[in-house]
Amino acid sequence: MSVSTCRSEAALAAPIDAVDRAIVLATQAGLPLISDPWAAVGERVGVSGEEVRRRMARMQAQGVIRRIAAVPNHYRLGYVANGMTVWDVSDEEIDRLGRDVARHPGVSHCYRRPRHLPEWPYNLFAMLHGHSRAEVESQAQEIADMLGSACRDHQILYSTRILKKTGLRLANSRS
Amino acid sequence: MPADAARHGIAELDPTDRRIINRLQEGLPIVAAPFAAVAEELEIDEPTLLERLKGLRESGVLTRFGPMYHAERLGGGLTLAAMAIPEERFDAVAEQVNAFPEVAHNYRREHRLNMWFVLATETPERIEASIAAIEAATGYPVYNMPKREEFHVRLHLPV
Repeated sequence: MSVSTCRSEAALAAPIDAVDRAIVLATQAGLPLISDPWAAVGERVGVSGEEVRRRMARMQAQGVIRRIAAVPNHYRLGYVANGMTVWDVSDEEIDRLGRDVARHPGVSHCYRRPRHLPEWPYNLFAMLHGHSRAEVESQAQEIADMLGSACRDHQILYSTRILKKTGLRLANSRS
Repeated sequence: MPADAARHGIAELDPTDRRIINRLQEGLPIVAAPFAAVAEELEIDEPTLLERLKGLRESGVLTRFGPMYHAERLGGGLTLAAMAIPEERFDAVAEQVNAFPEVAHNYRREHRLNMWFVLATETPERIEASIAAIEAATGYPVYNMPKREEFHVRLHLPV
């Protein structure tokens, strides 16, 4: 589980140099699917494959790279119900309860975010993925039970269309 | 049924595809011959693994394969933002919003706030300018919902 406090995120920002940055730019759209991807990236960046591998391992250890992984299209794997659950949780208890909600096995992402009162009172967001809405709703009910009276209200916002999904991209321009 | 599932259907995956997808959502080891290492774990050969992976990516079962960067630790800005767009304007505004390179994902959701997107910028300071630019381009207000605390990030969808 990843637990970090955003107030300290700036302090965690890892110093990356120009070569690291070139590696990020060369791989942000994806890693080549070949036997030695590090060498292919190295060729684009102008360093050896060994150097790319060493640097990417370091960036992963620093948490700059969360992991190098397959990112599935939820729908095509049968996860047709993808619900962003949003909860209005008492400010006094959200730090503790946010951690509890994050431990629920169905939750992929869990964050505290600001309210926009009066129309948006929700301050805890947890993403749930299921093969049906009933499955998502039963997971949401388990979370509601866990939060009890500390939660005033919640909603499930289902996604009905992926409008864009490219992952983060750094512009090439910053020198 | 969501439009994407209706358009592309749920993929037909054989047991080897499933094992590959499950294993590689966990992460590729950063070793000299990473795909050979994973192939050995799965008891298949490396060319089979690479061919299957390419096929899964090309058919859209995988949206990408590669490093997942932590925007803030790279010194960048990241936020979740939402807009309430009238139905008749939705597609046109989606196109305007998607045209911004800093929009990393954008989802339509069932709510009055019906467009939800993630903004990733070079520096945290540029989030505000980016939001102002989207508001100016579309004419609709953007609700900025930056994370205050990250309790968990680990997407894993077993198949």
